[in-house]
Parts: sequence; structure tokens; C-alpha cells
Amino acid sequence: MRALVWIIEDTWQATITRAAAYLSADADITLLHVTNTEPETLARAARRGLLGRHQPPTSAREPLQAISEQAAQALLADAQDQLQRPAARQARRGRVEHEVTTAAEPMDLLILARDGDHQHLGPHSLGPTARYVVDHAPCDVLLIWPDATPPLTTIPSPPPAGTKPR
Amino acid sequence: MADDLALVLALVVLAVTLGVAVARPAFVSEAVAALVGAVLLVVVGAVSFSQAVHAVRGLGSTVGFLAAMLLIAEGCRRDGLFDAMGALMARGAGGSPQRLLAFVFVIAAVITAVLSLDANVVLLTPVVFATAARMRTSAKPQVYACAHLANSASLLLPVSNLTNLLAFHASGLSFLHFGALMALPTLAAVGVEWVVFTRFFAVDLRRPRRAGARPARPELPRFALGVLALTLAGFAASSLVGVAPVWFAAAGAAAITLPALVRRTATPVRLVRAVEPGFLVFVLGLGVIVAAASANGLDSAVRAVLPTGGSLPDLLAIAAISAILANLVNNLPATLMLVPVAAAAGPGPVLATLIGVNIGPNLTYVGSLATLLWRRILRAEDSDVELGEFLRLGALTVPASLLAATVLLWVGLHA
Repeated sequence: MRALVWIIEDTWQATITRAAAYLSADADITLLHVTNTEPETLARAARRGLLGRHQPPTSAREPLQAISEQAAQALLADAQDQLQRPAARQARRGRVEHEVTTAAEPMDLLILARDGDHQHLGPHSLGPTARYVVDHAPCDVLLIWPDATPPLTTIPSPPPAGTKPR
Repeated sequence: MADDLALVLALVVLAVTLGVAVARPAFVSEAVAALVGAVLLVVVGAVSFSQAVHAVRGLGSTVGFLAAMLLIAEGCRRDGLFDAMGALMARGAGGSPQRLLAFVFVIAAVITAVLSLDANVVLLTPVVFATAARMRTSAKPQVYACAHLANSASLLLPVSNLTNLLAFHASGLSFLHFGALMALPTLAAVGVEWVVFTRFFAVDLRRPRRAGARPARPELPRFALGVLALTLAGFAASSLVGVAPVWFAAAGAAAITLPALVRRTATPVRLVRAVEPGFLVFVLGLGVIVAAASANGLDSAVRAVLPTGGSLPDLLAIAAISAILANLVNNLPATLMLVPVAAAAGPGPVLATLIGVNIGPNLTYVGSLATLLWRRILRAEDSDVELGEFLRLGALTVPASLLAATVLLWVGLHA
């Protein structure tokens, strides 16, 4: 089985722990990290907004890209260390949700962590990015809680009978 | 030369100069474009030689002030102030994205207010980005905060934004009085940003926090901070001792630069680059071009549109018009056009103009709609990445910030 484990900065450790527990020994694992290029683009655009000044020469190496690429590689290396199993590593850049669904295309299973509210069961436990990935994944999906799974009591009580659904 | 023709010519020169500054073609710099445009307007008689000299002399001390502040910021960078700020944030955050955002807010606002928005955008933002990467948390809210606070927190002091420096002399206020009147508006603008950011980025900020090794307490660059503190104290005392603030800026720049030159930790080339000589020429040229347009009728057009009273509705209208103009043509030319008219009406309208031209650019991530549209047309390298979120964030914060800041300015003026 080909399994893609998508890790993000805040929750990678929990994702790796669960992936190691769920995946059989013969699983063919790929670790994926996607760098959201939006902050780099914004930082560059803000510099351009300073009309007529501080323009970096066009030939200059993009320092922020170097920082984020290095950070992505370091994160993937740490994730593999924690997994303690052979795995391929993939570092992508761009619109995160698009990159993850593209990377999942040749896979049988995608493992990811909920990226929203981690203390209550419910739709807010998925942020816009993971929501898109779950909705559009071209393979099966295993969705994990990034820390303790919230109890059933965290579901808000249903509205009294007779209230109109919003 | 007929007034109408001269006005049209001056506006065309202004448009071409701004076009060059935005499009940055390889064959001509914006400094050359502004200089050639200014000389052309003098030669054809759209602006008299004495008017041009008057405009340049009026801007001379402002440009000198700016150069001194750029040298001080460069000195702070050299002494490691910005890296120390990064370490301070990482230590204070303790693994929590929301606490990191709080530190970014405070530090970005202070750096912007004291060392200008340029220092925030050019020197602090990369450090914040690297800090978030090292902390392994989403850089998005943190970098967005730097970009927004570069504008919102730049209300506070005359040195926080070049627009303020351009208006400072015309406002007739002392450094301290300027800061006192703008303190509440700045707090309000930053407060609005905080409320909107913590909700807008709730998903990124509420991820589980992890306990990691706490970074060591950073070594703060005492010398650079000392120079900075003394320079600020000089600014505050400037009206009491009867010395213009620009001289304290020059003294601070000398104090932080000369020892580095002697110890050879700074090279003359790097210092000249830090002062941005091309930009200083651009500002002077832009000043002459706008003076030409103003002298030939732009002035009366602005006077017809801009309210000149000190009532709250007037101040709100001034702030709104300034924000719109700043988005249409970028905030430097907007300031040059609006401030002479606003100054005739007193400090209140000048400060309301600054609230508009400083906060307004948060509506677009490149400073003005003109630039944004141009980059879209150009399909520049970043057009494939959607920054629609920045535009939504601007739409959420800018009107509320303008309103809150202007109301508090009015309160301050009547206190």
C-alpha cells in the first residue's frame, strides 16, 4: 500500500505517531510537507509597496525562500527520525491544498491531521485547507486528531425542537 | 505658459514618474525619471525656477532627516537589534502561535513607530519569517501582521513614516505634541488590527502548543539601543531647547555610524546603499513635480474637495479622501498634494490627512490600487498566488481603523 503522510508544522509529531501506529510494516510511506508561499509573496509585495526604495536587485537570491526550504527539509528529516522507518520525502511549494491533492493522486491512502479546533468535535475541527483536502482527496483518507481526541460531550447540544435550522 | 496646459503637462510628468517607480523598467530608474521630469517642468516654465528651489528647500531638511533615520536603522541592524528581536519573540512565545503574534504586534509596532515602516518591512519582516519557521508554526499571521502594522503603527511619530516627515513641518506641531496627538489614534488602529487578526487567523493561532526548549535570553545591543533612546529623548526635548529634531537625528546617525566606520564593521558602500540616494533624489523630484501641478490649479481642485474644518465630520471626510487618494496614486504623492491644503486649516486636518494616507494603503498589499492593477496586468511572478486574503483583511480593518483613529484624534484635539 502506498501511503502519503502530510505533515504541517504545528502538529507533525502527533501525525507521525499515529501514522506509525496505523500503517502496516509493508506500507510504502511518503512524507509530505508543503510550504505555503503566500507569506513570502506578501513580504516581497510589501517591499514593492515602498515606492522607489529598498528594491532588492532582481538577481538577488530570494532569502526568504532559502529559509523556508531549509525549514521544510529539517522538518521532514525530524519526521523521518521519529517515524523510525524508511520513507520517501517530498517537499512542495505553492497553494497548500492543491499541492496535497496533487501529491495524493498516485497514493492509496492519505494521512493528515485536523488543522482547526482541536478541543471540540465538530466541523470547526477542519480549517479551510484540510477541509479542501478531505473533500478533494483522490484516494482514501485517514484523519487524525492532533492531540487527545475530544469526548462526545464537546458536541454542542442540539437546538430546542421547533427552532429553524440556520 | 498657460495654466491649463502647464497643469496637464505636470500631471503627465507625475503619471510617468509614478509609472516608472511602479513598473521599474530596466533602462531608467525612478530617480532619473523624477529628476528629468522636474527639470523639464522648470525648462518649459510650468513651474518657475524660484518655485522649484522653494520646493526643494522645503523638502531638503525632510530628506536629510530621512537619510539620518535610515543610517540609524542600518546601525541597529549592524548591531544585531533585529536578530535580538527575533530571539525575544521566540522566547516570549513559548511555543504558542498566539503569543508569538502578540510579541510580533508589540515589536513590529514599536519598530515601525521608532525606526519607520521601512525598517519594519525591510529589516524586521525577514526576521519574523525566520522566527516562525524556526518555531515551526505558520508564518502567515505573523508576516501579515508585520505588513499591516507597517502602515497602522506608522501614525505615531514624525519619524515613523515619510508621509509624516513630509507633513511634520507644515503641521506646525512640536515633535512631542505630534506624538501626543497621534498616541490614541495609533493605539486604536493597532487595537483594531489585533481584534480582527485574532479572529481572522483563529485556525492558525489555536493549534495545540508544544513545550519545547526555551530559547536563551538574547543579548540586546546596548549601544544601538542607547543611541536610539538618546535620539528619541532629543526629539522629545527639541522644542524645549529650540533645536530642530533633524539635528538630533543627524547626531544619532553620526554616533552609531562613525565608530563602526573606524572599527571597519561598516563599509562606506554599504552605508551609501542604506541611505538610498536614488530615493532621496526621487522624493525631491517628486516634490518639484507636485509643486508644479499644485501651482497650476491642482491646489484649487484639492481645496474644492478637501474639507478644511476641524469638526468630527470634516476630519472623517479628510481621512477618507486621503485614504482613497493614497490608494489611487500611492501615499507619497498623495501627501505632497494634500498636506499644503490641509496645513492651511491647522494641525487637525493635517493629522487626519496622515491617518488616511498611512492606514489607507492596507487596502492593497503593494501600497496602491494603481500598483496592484499594474502588477495584475503584467502578470508578475506572484500573480498566480492569490493574495485575496490580504484584500479581505484590508477591507475588514481599514474602515474601522480609520474611524477609530480619527475619532480619537478629534478627542485629543479637543481635550
